[in-house]
Amino acid sequence: MARAATTADAFNAVAEPRRRQILDLLAGGERPVNDLVVLLGLAQPQVSKHLRVLREVGLVDVRDEGRQRKYRLNGASLKPIHDWVKNYERTWSERFERLDVVLEELKKEEARGSDD
Amino acid sequence: MAVTTRHTAKVTLPADDQILITREFAAPRHLVFRAWTEPELVKQWWSAKRGEVTIAEIDLRVGGSWRWVMVADGGFEVAFHGEYREIVPDERIVSTEVYEGMPGAGAVNTMTFTENEGRTTMTILVQHTSKENRDAQIDSGMEAGLQDALDLLEQAAVSLL
Repeated sequence: MARAATTADAFNAVAEPRRRQILDLLAGGERPVNDLVVLLGLAQPQVSKHLRVLREVGLVDVRDEGRQRKYRLNGASLKPIHDWVKNYERTWSERFERLDVVLEELKKEEARGSDD
Repeated sequence: MAVTTRHTAKVTLPADDQILITREFAAPRHLVFRAWTEPELVKQWWSAKRGEVTIAEIDLRVGGSWRWVMVADGGFEVAFHGEYREIVPDERIVSTEVYEGMPGAGAVNTMTFTENEGRTTMTILVQHTSKENRDAQIDSGMEAGLQDALDLLEQAAVSLL
């Protein structure tokens, strides 16, 4: 089912490359907005817009320090995405576990063949 | 039952439009290659634990087609098909792949089999054909969203701990 709004959850919030870039930068530690503006090479209003989206879905937290607004990554809110990826990975893992069994049978078959 | 080494499949994202799946198997590569290219063998494992493979058609030659269908435990059908583009026996298969539930968005899969001391490392590189296809899948599909998710995961893995 389609998600209701483009920025309604973490999945959609990270679908935008610039926002992933911001998260990437914040993964290295807390940063003031000005840093992000410089590092991204975007205008401040654009950066602020992306940060607002990220904040609304809980991917980043903000605090004021003096006259600066500092943003940091909120790892816990990445968990739904993490779980979803794990689910995909699990499908492949289960598949390959069955493939392991098939391969054991093939190895036995080959060993029997060479004994004859 | 034979004791098999259990590994999880490792899924990573080398580029914006790619997925890379890696797994090691306790068997020589010609057997892993057979398990991917003989219908009766594919039927034994490809459904994972989620259903039954009902069709595994394989025309293993360049330009030949393949089609695998699985009926999931919930009763719905999941089908994929494509065409073989390159085949190096025991070493490499390049093929196209289309999920029939989303026919406009195909990918190209490159599989490699590398053997070391009787064990095989297999990789599947999933290359999407365009960013547009990828973006079209974000809301409803697995792979595009997966790429974004993995991208993010790789970048921010530390914060998940």
